[in-house]
Parts: sequence; structure tokens; C-alpha cells
Amino acid sequence: MDLVKLQRQLVDYRDSLYHECFLDEQFTQLQELQDENNPDFVVEVVSLFFEDSERLLNELTKALEQQSIDFKRVDAHVHQLKGSSSSIGAQRVQKSCIAFRNYCEEQNVEGCLTCLQLVRQEYYLVKSKLEALFKLEQQILSAGGSIPI
Amino acid sequence: MMLGNCATSSSLSTTSDEDIVNNNLTALVVDDSPMIRKLHDMHLKKFGLKVQVAENGKNAIDLFRCGASFNLILMDKEMPIMDGAEATRELRTMGVTSMIVGVTSLDSIFDRQAFMEAGLDHCFTKPLTTENINFLLQELNKNNEEN
Repeated sequence: MDLVKLQRQLVDYRDSLYHECFLDEQFTQLQELQDENNPDFVVEVVSLFFEDSERLLNELTKALEQQSIDFKRVDAHVHQLKGSSSSIGAQRVQKSCIAFRNYCEEQNVEGCLTCLQLVRQEYYLVKSKLEALFKLEQQILSAGGSIPI
Repeated sequence: MMLGNCATSSSLSTTSDEDIVNNNLTALVVDDSPMIRKLHDMHLKKFGLKVQVAENGKNAIDLFRCGASFNLILMDKEMPIMDGAEATRELRTMGVTSMIVGVTSLDSIFDRQAFMEAGLDHCFTKPLTTENINFLLQELNKNNEEN
């Protein structure tokens, strides 16, 4: 595929992610921090986010399987996930955590389980979107082009 | 992340007056999340500060006990071993006068107030933005001029 087409595809794809609220302004700030001294900064930060989130999702699953659920612990994990998702601009994940925390406060097990499913869904969605974005960027760079702003 | 064998620092973007002023400033990022540490480290380095990181409140205290000092401390609230409020209180008791800024995802005003009362100079909601850092650097440079 020619370079110009690839670049246009990237811009359109990236715009759609903002438009559909998968990403917000915070992701833009992240991209602005990247420079020629740190060309992989965004990918590195996002990879850390993936690691962190998957760990937290596992912890949440375990915590909600307990006979006697420690809602404070569940809330602490959701709170962490909310913080890290907002820090990279994963808006939909962040928003799904807000509802989750409300159910924790109410100690509503069903509510929490439903929210966990939703958060997990949103997380895997944004993960696949970001991976697709990075793949497009890589294709452009391999073709000798630069990433359009 | 130093320049290593590069003969010149031309790989850095044009040095502004800001960079020259901020080059003497040091910062400590205290957060249990590797992602946040990396993010805030980069944010501050972009403004020319020299940055170190610590994983929790206790590590931060230990750094000071070993004689380290910093102009600015970015302190997360929720951390294992020693949280941000306890670490802040301890640092103030030790006589640390650095600017300590809470960075937290706590929503409730009550929780933030309690964190401020531990001895913070400012408290921001995560994530830290460029505007927040601009503000902090202005404050830091103001303090330096006054001293």
C-alpha cells in the first residue's frame, strides 16, 4: 500500500478513536511527550498500562469469587484501574470504572460482576484498537514515512 | 537516557529560557505504578528537570534520610507500605521544605482535604497535565527568587 494512503488511513483511524471516545486528550498529551530521544515512549507507557490492567482484572476476578467479598479491596483495584486508564486517555475504560465503584460502595455483588464484565470488554476493545494503531504507525515507519500529527 | 557519545546536544529541541531556568531543579516522583512513574518522569524531564523515582512513601523517606534533596516531590496517595499522606507527614516532621504536590485519583473533596492537611503545598487530580506542571514550575521559580 502506498505511503500517502497509509498515512491517511492512520489519521482517519486515530480520529475515529477520539470520536468514539476510546481515547481522549490525555492520549494526545502522551504522544506530545514522545520525541526523537524517546521514540518508543508511547508504546512503552501503553504496554505498562496493558500489564497493569490485566493484573488488576485478574485480581478483581479473584476478589469477586470469594465467599465473603472484601468490597474495600475490590474498590481499591477499580480505583487503580480508573487512575491508570485516565492517565493514558482510555476514556471508556475510565468511565466504566466509575459505575463499578458505585456498586462497590453499595456492596452490590451482581452489579459488581456486571461491571467487571463491562470493564473487561472495554479494556480489550481499547487494547485491540491501540495495537492496530501502533501497527499502522509501524507500517508507515517501515515504508520510510513519518507519522502524521 | 543520557546522550552518551553524542558530541553535541543538538538532538535536544531548541533550548528555551524555560529550560535554562529549570535545569537546576530536581524532582522526585513517588508512585507505586510503573506506568505513572514513567509518565510523570517524562513530563518533568521535558521541562528540563532532573528526575528520580520512588515506588512508595518509605522509599521516598529513605532517599531523604540518605541525604538526597529535591525541589519538587510528586506524591501519590495510595501506595503500599507507606502511603502518600503518611510519607508527607513524616517528611515535614523531618524538616523537609521541598514543594510536595499530591497527585491522586481520589474524587472526594474530603479525602483530598485530608491529604492536603498532611502537609502538601498543592494537590492535583491524576493525570498530571502540562498546565499543572507549568503552574508548579512558575511557583518553584518564584520561591527560588524569593530565597
